[in-house]
Amino acid sequence: MIKDQDYLKKIADICLSRSKKLGSTDASILVQSSVSENINVRNKKLDGSERSENLGVVLTTYLGKKKSSIASSNLKESNLNELVDRCIETMKITPEDEYNSLPDKDLHFSGLKDLDLYDETHLSNEDKINYIKEAEDEAFSNNKIVNTNGSGFGENKSNFLLANSNGFADGYKTSQFTAYCEVVSKSNGSMERDYEYTSKRFYNDILKPKDLGSIAADHAVKKLNPKKIKSEKISLIFDKRISKNFLSIFASAISSSAIAKGTTFLKDKLNQKVFNTEININDRGDIKKANGSRYFDSEGIGIINLDLIKNGILQDYLIDTYNGKKINRKSNGRASGTTNLYFENGSKTFNELIKSEKKLLYIKETIGHGTNIINGDYSVGASGIMIENGEFSYPVSEITIAGNLNNIFQNITLADDLEFNYSTNSPTMHVEGMIVGGK
Amino acid sequence: MTSLLKNSELSIEKADKIVSETLNSCDDGELYVEDTKSETIVLDDNKIKSSNYTSDLGYGFRAVTGDTVAYSHSNEISEKSLKNSSDNLKSTLKNNSGTYNSEIKKTNQKLYKDIDPIESKSMKSKIELLNNMNEYARSKDSSVKQVTASLLAEKKNIEIIRSGGELLSDNRPLVRINMSVMVEKNGRKETGVYGIGGRQDYDEYLKNDNWKKVCDEAFRIANTNIESKPSPAGEMKVVLGPGWPAILIHEAVGHGLEGDFNRKKTSAFHDLVGKKVASKGVTIIDDGTIDNRRGSLNIDDEGTPTERTILIEDGILKNFMQDRLNARLMNTKSTGNGRRESYKHVVMPRMRNTIMLGGTNTQEEMIKSVDKGIFAVSFGGGQVDITSGKFVFNCTEAYEIINGKVGAPIKGATLIGDGPSSLKEILMVGDDMMLDPGIGTCGKAGQGVPVGVGQPSLLINNMTVGGTQL
Repeated sequence: MIKDQDYLKKIADICLSRSKKLGSTDASILVQSSVSENINVRNKKLDGSERSENLGVVLTTYLGKKKSSIASSNLKESNLNELVDRCIETMKITPEDEYNSLPDKDLHFSGLKDLDLYDETHLSNEDKINYIKEAEDEAFSNNKIVNTNGSGFGENKSNFLLANSNGFADGYKTSQFTAYCEVVSKSNGSMERDYEYTSKRFYNDILKPKDLGSIAADHAVKKLNPKKIKSEKISLIFDKRISKNFLSIFASAISSSAIAKGTTFLKDKLNQKVFNTEININDRGDIKKANGSRYFDSEGIGIINLDLIKNGILQDYLIDTYNGKKINRKSNGRASGTTNLYFENGSKTFNELIKSEKKLLYIKETIGHGTNIINGDYSVGASGIMIENGEFSYPVSEITIAGNLNNIFQNITLADDLEFNYSTNSPTMHVEGMIVGGK
Repeated sequence: MTSLLKNSELSIEKADKIVSETLNSCDDGELYVEDTKSETIVLDDNKIKSSNYTSDLGYGFRAVTGDTVAYSHSNEISEKSLKNSSDNLKSTLKNNSGTYNSEIKKTNQKLYKDIDPIESKSMKSKIELLNNMNEYARSKDSSVKQVTASLLAEKKNIEIIRSGGELLSDNRPLVRINMSVMVEKNGRKETGVYGIGGRQDYDEYLKNDNWKKVCDEAFRIANTNIESKPSPAGEMKVVLGPGWPAILIHEAVGHGLEGDFNRKKTSAFHDLVGKKVASKGVTIIDDGTIDNRRGSLNIDDEGTPTERTILIEDGILKNFMQDRLNARLMNTKSTGNGRRESYKHVVMPRMRNTIMLGGTNTQEEMIKSVDKGIFAVSFGGGQVDITSGKFVFNCTEAYEIINGKVGAPIKGATLIGDGPSSLKEILMVGDDMMLDPGIGTCGKAGQGVPVGVGQPSLLINNMTVGGTQL
């Protein structure tokens, strides 16, 4: 069972009162409790079950502008006391940092909590196994699917309390139901794997098992017997599961920490055209039941909705208290990063996009970590499908795609097929003229 | 021996009783208890940005029968909590029964000292060191615009209680010193990153002002990259430098030789034991027994002593890396590769220090033999698709080779290759085998574990370079 708010409050009080007693001028604390149960199935047979019960506390103490933190999973009072003592001792000898402080009291969240972020549905292990077996059954009904890498179902429930010495104390429960199916296809000596994944706060919102299995199988089969193509400059279409990665890159490039340090290619680009004029990017924390929704960030600051990109122009950064002070801006509640970040729909249909040029490469998977936020260089391994005259023709693998994000962002055209499946969501994306490295 | 349970509400006798009673009808399993203390201090943007101390205590209780694993973990170390876990394991495995295999090799292996690297250096001197690193790096050139330096130390004590009351333990220190420098010149920004570490006290790594060399190296890489030109795209010959570039070996073949993927037949290597998978002269080992190395362990996380496992010998595939579960199902022995990130994670076959042994060629002759290609000296991260065998890694320092000579530095590019075929494309193996500086963390199924790599310089016939210059 996850712990209730009273229990979390008791732990928070022990730490906050002891750090005050030992001389800290300010303190903030996060106490968390979660329980997750995961089932893994392979070839329609139970492969493993896992139950985890997690407790944790993170305490930050301040002495004026000095700061130190401790974290622990051992919530016994004697251990907590020992750790608070250690935290205070370290804090005293840590140099001052003029930007250290608790968040602005006026920005603390206060309001209704009506976003529906917790589904108390509990599935027995039997139910979980049945769900995932049904998905694998469906995947194996495709005769080119010969094996699975494992498929799984997870249920996570968590509760937390965030409190600080300025009187903030709030927390709430969230839930997450996740299922994935990863299968292996084989044909003519070629072996490929692919997957489908679904994760929602409410059990009723996740994909139906048959859909999960058939989509995974379809992905894996379409990759079979790939060709390697010649190096060339070609326009790419990014599948929705890849196009959303550009939003994550964009988010790290406009974090106030990177902006303050100057370690991003989007520094000094506020109010400038970063994307083409048809692109709009929003970050909304108040979508009911959505994966990225939250009431306040990890400092207790209420979430406001941000129009980050409007008609291609950069409107705002993602700001927390510490880095906000460095750039002379107030926090906009993004100490824990983005909430539900998405590109607004474009004006073209998917079919119009894939028919927009005679030859296009459809990217379904990228591998590697080849994104350089500092200068915008982008180079990753990729696989996908060649599109000729608007038709999917043959799979392609062992290639690289490269460019610079400054150019890539200016050359994006979006389809109108946005769905809210994850916390970061994008429609299908067309990017003109990237360099493919192949034969 | 004093147990990690000594200050808890759970006595070792009670724990023994629950473990034995739960596991007797299973093939394998154990209670794994872990007490980890870690400390991270970060200097960023001229300030000590954070000092975090973490104390983590918990257990993971595992029962294995056939190929089914039941796992339950918790931070609450009490009889009640362990009984709940036991019930949970039993309900998962209720339709199965097995015969407990109590056999586990004993060892007196002592590859690192039982020290606490967090306590052996004062907070004051750690802060002073970070400030010195910051000042020294910034003083190197006015083009240095940003410096991030960090110190990480960890003391992980683990204990494995097996059915029948057998108790195995290991105390593992680990430190890492990191440096990142950003240089800005003529409107261009580039970074250089370098680090050192292993299973000894900080002071062992700081001898002879070694921290200056860490700063020098990070600055040198950043400064080299500021002059870099766009990388070529397409297939070409690649010369790899010695040491850290062995993450190519780790990605290209290491993961594909882990027992689980081969037992499940999802690895591109699963039916290649005894077959030629690499050029003649290529020998690759996975060694958990090198003193003080980041990837070394006295015993793995199932209690099996680590060993030096030969994976590929003179081009022929010899062995996979095994944990107990996959070894049992493949009728072989554990090679001591059963590892987990923490008590919150299930055991899987994982690499330790993965090394290609040296050959007879010199780096000079490799470069001389290349008309058009690249010379890759250092890499960032890598990744592999086990099933298709395709792997990538990202160059952080590379140069073009033209007509047998090293030319201009080129921008960070991704290299992509095919695991099973790339080792056959090795044309020369260098005589300059080197281990990495002790910084690697390998990720698999969401779990990160410290690893090491090593290799001599290599000449690879054909790899695809992901540049922008056609």
